[in-house]
Amino acid sequence: MSVSEFFAMNGYGLYVWGSYGMALAVFIVEIVLVRHKRQITLRQLRIMRDAEGDE
Amino acid sequence: MAINWFKYSAPSTFYALAGKLAPWFAATAAILFAAGLYIGFFVAPTDAVQSEAYRIMFIHVPVSILSMFIYLVMACYAALGLIFNTRLSGMMASALAPTGALFTFIALWTGALWGKPMWGAWWVWDMRLTTELILLFLYLGFIALHASIDDPRRADRAAALLAIVGAVNVPIIYKSVEWWNTLHQGATIKFSGTSMHVAMQEALFTMLLACWAYAIAMTLWRVRSIILERERSTTWVQDLPEFKR
Repeated sequence: MSVSEFFAMNGYGLYVWGSYGMALAVFIVEIVLVRHKRQITLRQLRIMRDAEGDE
Repeated sequence: MAINWFKYSAPSTFYALAGKLAPWFAATAAILFAAGLYIGFFVAPTDAVQSEAYRIMFIHVPVSILSMFIYLVMACYAALGLIFNTRLSGMMASALAPTGALFTFIALWTGALWGKPMWGAWWVWDMRLTTELILLFLYLGFIALHASIDDPRRADRAAALLAIVGAVNVPIIYKSVEWWNTLHQGATIKFSGTSMHVAMQEALFTMLLACWAYAIAMTLWRVRSIILERERSTTWVQDLPEFKR
């Protein structure tokens, strides 16, 4: 089986790779969002603590 | 070995536990995804009826199973929160919902891409597809309702009620292919056995475990942020090393 045959998926390439591609994209977006939320949360907590310390 | 499970229902203990466990689940997921995709694309033979298109199954079936299972786990946490009034339960339910919603979306998406070449339609309004779409709306409703109430404990209780009532949808999705006429095929793997090729079963099972480990890792990471946010006024959060600068 050649590489181009593999990606063609016997004519179903669009459907097969469209499925796995979307799943991969969603997983990547979720990982990025979870990391982002962690950083945002820590930053917000530091800001709040520093604001309280100033009072 | 006696484990005091209530110890881990304290957000402070669970925060540390989740931080320790999440990387292991993520690593397990990565390894199992690699193995599952390898078996699914290079070991499993071409299907006699569906040719290569059937390989969508290895992602479609695991995410679909988990979209339902995650909902039930979320509803259980919601119920625990209502009954025992534990803080962590509501946080876990909130952490599960986005991953469940995304799995439901992938299930619908891959289903459409599988339906088009096999049925000739991206979408049909049959019960399996419609109830799965309702599942997506239940997840989104849960997230939106929780976000719309400022007091997190009140938000937990309101959203918990929605989650518990919505749980009735899950057995309907599961049984829909038996109860109604549908294009969607029934379960191929049954408790009484299966007609599936062994490599296909292996790929499917490996991908299911991979998605499972992935969902756990994401939930644990997400719940850590939720715990921090909601426990921010406590001394244990103030004493965390990542919080000190």
